[in-house]
Amino acid sequence: MHIGIDVGGTNTDAVLMDSDVLVDKIKNPTTPDVTSGIISCINTLISSRSDVDQIDAVMLGTTHFVNALLQRRELAPSAALRLCLPATTMLPPLIDWPNDLKNSIGGHTYMARGGHEYDGREISSIDEKELRKIANQMTDEGVRSVSICGVFSPVDGSHEKIAAEIIKSETPDVNITLSSEIGRVGLLERENAAMLNACLVEVASKTVAAIRTAMLSAGLNVPLFFSQNDGTLMQSEFASHYPVFTIASGPTNSMRGAAFLSGVLDAVIVDIGGTSTDGGMLIRGFPREAAVSVDVAGVRTNFRMPDVFSTALGGGSLIKQNPLTIGPESVGFKLASEAMVFGGGQMTATDIAVANGMAEVGDLRLVSNIEKSFSEDTINEIQKRVEDVVDQVKISAQPVPVVLVGGGSILVRNSFDGASNVLRPPDAEVANAIGAAISQVGGQVEKVYSLTDMSRDEALDLAKDEATQKAVEAGGDPKSIEIVDIEEIPLTYLPSNALRVKVKAVGNLI
Amino acid sequence: MWHISEDDLESIAIGAGILGTGGGGNPYIGMLRARQMIRENGPVKVLSPNELDENDNIVCVGGIGAPTVGIEKVRDKQSYYALKAIEDFTGKKATAIISNEIGGSNSLEPIIPAALAGLPIVDADGMGRAYPEVQMKTYFVYGVPSYPMAVCDEKGNTALITEALDAKWVERMARSVTIQMGGVACYALAPMTAHQVQTTAVLDSLSLVKRLGDAVRNARTIHEDPIEALLNVHPGKVLFQGKIVDLDRQTTAGFARGQVVIEGMDQFESDKLTIEFQNENLIARLNSEIICIVPDLICIVDSERGEPITTELLRYGFRVTVLGFPGPDLWKTPEGLATAGPSAFGYDVEYSTLELT
Repeated sequence: MHIGIDVGGTNTDAVLMDSDVLVDKIKNPTTPDVTSGIISCINTLISSRSDVDQIDAVMLGTTHFVNALLQRRELAPSAALRLCLPATTMLPPLIDWPNDLKNSIGGHTYMARGGHEYDGREISSIDEKELRKIANQMTDEGVRSVSICGVFSPVDGSHEKIAAEIIKSETPDVNITLSSEIGRVGLLERENAAMLNACLVEVASKTVAAIRTAMLSAGLNVPLFFSQNDGTLMQSEFASHYPVFTIASGPTNSMRGAAFLSGVLDAVIVDIGGTSTDGGMLIRGFPREAAVSVDVAGVRTNFRMPDVFSTALGGGSLIKQNPLTIGPESVGFKLASEAMVFGGGQMTATDIAVANGMAEVGDLRLVSNIEKSFSEDTINEIQKRVEDVVDQVKISAQPVPVVLVGGGSILVRNSFDGASNVLRPPDAEVANAIGAAISQVGGQVEKVYSLTDMSRDEALDLAKDEATQKAVEAGGDPKSIEIVDIEEIPLTYLPSNALRVKVKAVGNLI
Repeated sequence: MWHISEDDLESIAIGAGILGTGGGGNPYIGMLRARQMIRENGPVKVLSPNELDENDNIVCVGGIGAPTVGIEKVRDKQSYYALKAIEDFTGKKATAIISNEIGGSNSLEPIIPAALAGLPIVDADGMGRAYPEVQMKTYFVYGVPSYPMAVCDEKGNTALITEALDAKWVERMARSVTIQMGGVACYALAPMTAHQVQTTAVLDSLSLVKRLGDAVRNARTIHEDPIEALLNVHPGKVLFQGKIVDLDRQTTAGFARGQVVIEGMDQFESDKLTIEFQNENLIARLNSEIICIVPDLICIVDSERGEPITTELLRYGFRVTVLGFPGPDLWKTPEGLATAGPSAFGYDVEYSTLELT
C-alpha cells in the first residue's frame, strides 16, 4: 500500500492506495508550516487501521519549494560559477534576474576558464588555481550553496565535475549543484535553473528531514518519495539535492491522477476550478512538456515542465450581460457567499449552470429570474471556450478522450467538439494525491552526441542505457523498466554530426 | 537621426521577428547583449541613409552560425573585433555600422560594435527580411564586393578573407571557418561609401521594425487589434487566419525544412493554407494556388498578440494570422531573383508579385 499526498496552495490532500485501488482519502487545509498538515493527513489515514505495516511508501507532491522562491524566503546565500572563459563574458550569470530575488541570495557570480564547444572540444582547460581562489572568495562572502554551469555541459559534463571537486576541497561544507544534472542546452536558462536549485537546497534538506521525523513519530518508517515535474518520483535524499525538480509537480500529479481515475493514457485533462481552467495533454501516461522557456518566479528557465494552457474561466467567474462577458474576474473562494444561488448578489458561472439545469447547487429559486435564452447562450459560450482549450492542447486533429476534473466541471456538457468521449471520474477532488501515489520512478537523459565518433544507433543505445540505469538508481525494478519516450533533434546549421537525443525510461518502484 | 534607447530594443525585437519570416533566430540573447551595451555605453545614434556623405566609410556586421550553438555559447564582442580587423586591413576607420539582416536578432548585432567604437548605425540593411546565406544581400547583388571579410570568435581568432570569386564563395569559406570556431562567430565585411549604401541597401528598415514593434506594443496596451496596427504601419495584407493542423519539420543539409498547414477560421473557414519553409517561410499556397512567394514576406504571428512565431516554435493548435508584405524592390530584378528568388531555393516556379488589393 502507498500513501500519496499533495500539498497545494489551499488544501493538502492525501490518499491511501492498495496497488491500484483507492482505499481512503482525506482533504485538509494546508498549514503554514506545511509539515503539520501532512502529518495530520497521515494520522487520519492510518488511525484505526490494523494493516499499517502494509504501507511501504509515502509519495509527496508539494508547491513548498516554488513558494519559497516566489516569496523570496528561506533561500540560501548562493553563488553562480560559470566555466566559460574567454567566451560569453558579455552576459554574466544572473543578468536578467529580478533584483529582489538576486539580492535575497546575495547575487554572487564568477566566471572561470573551462567549458566545451558543441562537438566536445574544450573552450579552455580548467585552471585549478583560479578555482581555488574563487572558492576562498566564496567563503569570505558567506556563500553556502554554489551552482556550477559549464558551456555545453550537456555535451560534456566533465569540467563541472572537476570544478566541483576543487571547490569542495577548499570549502567542504558548501552545497554544489551541477547544471548538467538540472537542465538542457540553452546557457542562460540552464544556469538559471541550476542557481534556483542551489538557493533551495537548504530549505529542501530541512523540509525533507522534518517530514521524515514526523513520519517516524507517526509510526511510518518507510521510504519517502517526492513527485517530479515529469511525473516520476525521486527518493527523498535526491529531493534534498534537487528540489527544483518539484516545481511543476502540482499540475503533473493532477493530470496523472485524472488519467488514472479515468483509465486512459492519452487524453486531454481539463481542470475547471473556481477562477481558471487549465488544460494539459497526456501522452502515453505522461504530461506533454512545454517547448519553450518557462518562467519560474521571474527567472527564465528551460525546465521540462508540463505544458498547461490556462484561461480565466471557472465556477466563480463573473457574468455580465449586454454584451455577454464571462470573467476574467471571479469571486474565487468566496463562491459560497457571493454567488446568487447561495444568496449573494453576484451572477457567476455557477448560477448560470444551475439556472440551466446542469447542476443542483444552492437554491434554484434564487436564479429563477435568469432568462432561459440568456443562460443557454452563456452556457454555449462557456462550452466553446472550454472546447477551445481542448483544441489548443491537443497535438493533432484526432479526437481524444477528455477527462474533466475540478468543481467547475458542472459548467460543461458531456459532449465536446474534438473529444472522442468525455469522462468525469469519481474521486477527482483528490486526483493530485492519487497522481503522487501511482507515480513510477524514472530516468531521463538529454545529451548531445557527436556522430563523427559513433553511429546514430550507437548514440541512441547509449542514451537508452543511461536512462535505464538512472531509473534503476532511482529505485526502479530493472525488470519493469520501459523506454517511454525517445526524441532526436539534429542541430541545424552544423554539418550533420551533432545529434541531440532525449530518452525517458520509467519503471515501477521495487 | 534618432537614438536607440533600452526601451526601443523590445520594439525592434518584435518588428525584426515579424520581418524575419520565421527565421532570424531567437531574439532574447540579442536583446540582452544590445541592452548590456546601451547600459554600459549610452544610447546608440541612428543615421538616416541620406545623412551619409562622401566622407563616410560604412562597414556591415552580422552574426553567423548555428542558432542552437548561439543560445549556448552566447556571443560576445566578436563583431567589434571583426570591425577592427577590417579597419586594420583596409587602413581606413569606419564612420558608421550597417546591419546585414534586419530580420531576426541580427537587427541588433550592429549595436555591439557601434556602442564599443562610439559609432552610429545606419537605418538600413542588406536584406529587408531574413535569409540564410551570406551572399543573399542586396549590396552584393548590385556590385558591392563581398570582401574583405573578417570572421572572429571569442578566443582571439580572426579569419580574414581578402579575395573571393563571388559572394557565394565568401559564404562557403565563412561558414567553414565558423564551424571550426565552434559553430558561432561574428563578421564584418564590405566597407561601403555613402553612395553604395544609398543605392544598394534596403533603406529605413531599422526605423520600420521599430515602428512595427511600437505598433504591436501600443495596441496590446490599449486592447486594440495588433494585426490592424501592424498593417497601418507597413502596407501588407492578411493572407490567412486559422489554426495549425499539421506540421512537418525536418533538418536536412543544415536547414529546418518542411511545411506547415493551417486550417482557416472565420472568413477563411473551409480554406487551407500551406507554407513551405527552409528556416524562413518561402511559399504560401491557398488551397493549391500560390498567393505569396519569396522574396515577398510571409510572416506568421500569434492572432491574439501579434507576436511573431519562428519556424522552430510552430506547433499544432496555435491560432495564427499569416501576413504578407511586399519584399524590397531590390530583390525583384532578374539579378535579385537569381540570388534569392524561388530558383535560389530550388523551386521551379516563377516569382509573381503579392497582390495587396
